Amino acid sequence: MSTNTWTRKDLLSIQDLSVAEINIVLDTAAAFKQVGERTIKKVPALRGKTMVNLFVEPSTRTRTSFELAAKRLSADVINIDASASSLVKGETLKDTALNLQALNADIIVIRHSAAGAPHFLAPQLRASVVNAGDGAHEHPTQALLDAFTIREKKGTIAGLKITILGDILYSRVARSNIWLLNKLGAHVTLAGPSTLLPRVFEEFGCRVTYDIEEAIADADVINLLRIQHERQRKTAFPSLGEYTAMFGLNKERFARTKPDALIMHPGPINRGVEIDSEVADCSRSVILEQVTNGLAVRMAALFLCAGGS
Amino acid sequence: MKSFLIKNGRVVDPANQVDAVRDVFIVDGQIAATAANPTVIDATGKIVTPGLIDLHVHLREPGRGDKETIETGTLCAARGGFTSVVCMPNTTPPADNNGTIAFIKQRAAAAAHVNVFPTGAITKELKGEELAPIGSLKKAGVVAITDDGRCVQNNELMRRAVQYAKMFDLPVMDHCQDYNLVADGVAHEGYWSAVLGLRGWPAIGEDMIVARNILIAELTDWYIHCQHISSAGSVALIREAKRRGVKISGEACPHHFTLTDECLKNYDANFKMNPPLRSERDRDAIIEGLADGTLECIGSDHAPHCQHEKEVEFDHAPFGILGLETELSLSLELVRKKVLTWTQLIEKFTVNPARLLRLAKGTLSVGADADVTIIDPACEWTYDVAQSASKSRNSPFHGWPLRGKAITTIVGGKIVWSE
Repeated sequence: MSTNTWTRKDLLSIQDLSVAEINIVLDTAAAFKQVGERTIKKVPALRGKTMVNLFVEPSTRTRTSFELAAKRLSADVINIDASASSLVKGETLKDTALNLQALNADIIVIRHSAAGAPHFLAPQLRASVVNAGDGAHEHPTQALLDAFTIREKKGTIAGLKITILGDILYSRVARSNIWLLNKLGAHVTLAGPSTLLPRVFEEFGCRVTYDIEEAIADADVINLLRIQHERQRKTAFPSLGEYTAMFGLNKERFARTKPDALIMHPGPINRGVEIDSEVADCSRSVILEQVTNGLAVRMAALFLCAGGS
Repeated sequence: MKSFLIKNGRVVDPANQVDAVRDVFIVDGQIAATAANPTVIDATGKIVTPGLIDLHVHLREPGRGDKETIETGTLCAARGGFTSVVCMPNTTPPADNNGTIAFIKQRAAAAAHVNVFPTGAITKELKGEELAPIGSLKKAGVVAITDDGRCVQNNELMRRAVQYAKMFDLPVMDHCQDYNLVADGVAHEGYWSAVLGLRGWPAIGEDMIVARNILIAELTDWYIHCQHISSAGSVALIREAKRRGVKISGEACPHHFTLTDECLKNYDANFKMNPPLRSERDRDAIIEGLADGTLECIGSDHAPHCQHEKEVEFDHAPFGILGLETELSLSLELVRKKVLTWTQLIEKFTVNPARLLRLAKGTLSVGADADVTIIDPACEWTYDVAQSASKSRNSPFHGWPLRGKAITTIVGGKIVWSE
């Protein structure tokens, strides 16, 4: 595999990426992670470039992570919050993006509640488009930072048994993780309530189970997903209490996991719902390291898409 | 008025069980047995059929002349080989009152290129709550009632509507969609909706209402026509009910027997319509339903939308695509693939919709209105939506290489379109 074959203007979805491209992002992120550990955390890689954070769906952590990533690369950053933008005055997404391009924005990082919004914009713009989450479709940088974290902790991803647990149907994190982990040779198990995990996900190359005990028993990594209240059309299970009882990672279940199983969560966590507080804070939980690694992965993504030669 | 001799074409006239090379005469706007000094149209190597009928179009007038007008929509029809169109009542205001029907008829008389047959609403404002004045609508000239674009959810109300419409000899057409099951779905619930993260529009959302309609048609012994059938389950339900003699019928749209949900992978809203493109299995079932007569009509569901409305996020785009100009060519593919004979295809565009809606159309019998379509079955062409007669551009078939095309469209003895 060549060391640098990244030729993409945009980062839209993991499904499109080759294994080589995924590894380029992860390797580039490793280098940027070291930068974050220095006293002077800034490099000039994107000096003179402008990045726009176009967040048409609310987010704090991903937006902040992209903003900090761009600043560490010396780019200028503008944050656009949809509730304050022209989109509420009836301007179309396309026009908003074209206006940003007219201001010579080099990178548009977009978070949108509609699946495919970044894919709709990318071919119409000279600027790089980076998908920061589109509806229930994909969240590529989340999957990359998850993989980065697993690789860092476990050395490799190939051959690992990885369980993704929770609301799969409405989760872009699940989809991006499934594609990425399968490409890198992991064995992916999906578990959750049947109403949030249709059998069709088996066609993604995953094992689907509704038995949480079995799903976590021999997992090397357990990735818990947040219950996406905002994307569920109807209550897919009777109550949060029942969800916790049936699928929550509590102390008893945690005690039956492999002794070296990693506990992951894309955040924000709902303590006492999908995860017990003590499990979230235990030594095998890498939830905060995921946040740290997210910064490095996003630096890599921005640099690769817009950094030029 | 000019008289014509359409000479030496292969005449496919299912109403008269004709499929043979022969001449067709037109005198004074009617099909005639012979003519003195007619203008000769050489149809050698061409197919001559009764004027085609599309029983499912949206002309958008009144109210949305920015999308389409009766004039532009019927020009699309003429160019596509259609001499009659049946327009849906979801206009602004909706066609739930005599005044709107009178307006449509008046506009059609002034500007239409082909015959326009309006439908009226089943319920006031298509809200599914109170019956529209169905008897008065019939008097005003509607050929059927439907809440197309919407679906009456209340089964008791639907039963009452069908029972009431029967008294006026008025068939009922229905857009089959269970709102609870479909909710805000935008794409067929299946592999591709899962991959693309699009909210699912499950096939059962259609099947449930088709089943409901079968039960109501059986109970009332009256005609319910299920519009734009898209799922394998619905085809099976209709097939079984017809076997029992229930007055139920079904229509297929070219996009549903040509495309599948895989087409959504670029999130192009020109592939977004309601009901949505479904799986290969569903598409094959539609084709089977056409072949065995379960689906006896083909309609375009021509649904123009402005470019700026479609050039948005997939979730936010309105449902619907253009259809009149590509419908015949896409359907001819079924003849080429030997799914249908010429007679079987042409009856779905002529005698079947005419019989369903009691139109004195769809035949080349002597004395009938001289609505005639001449088709060049071999003509190879590419659909360029920029050249469309429509005011809109929302076709998924832009740039498609097509084979076969209407080359002359005659309405009431007048050539309204000719290449």
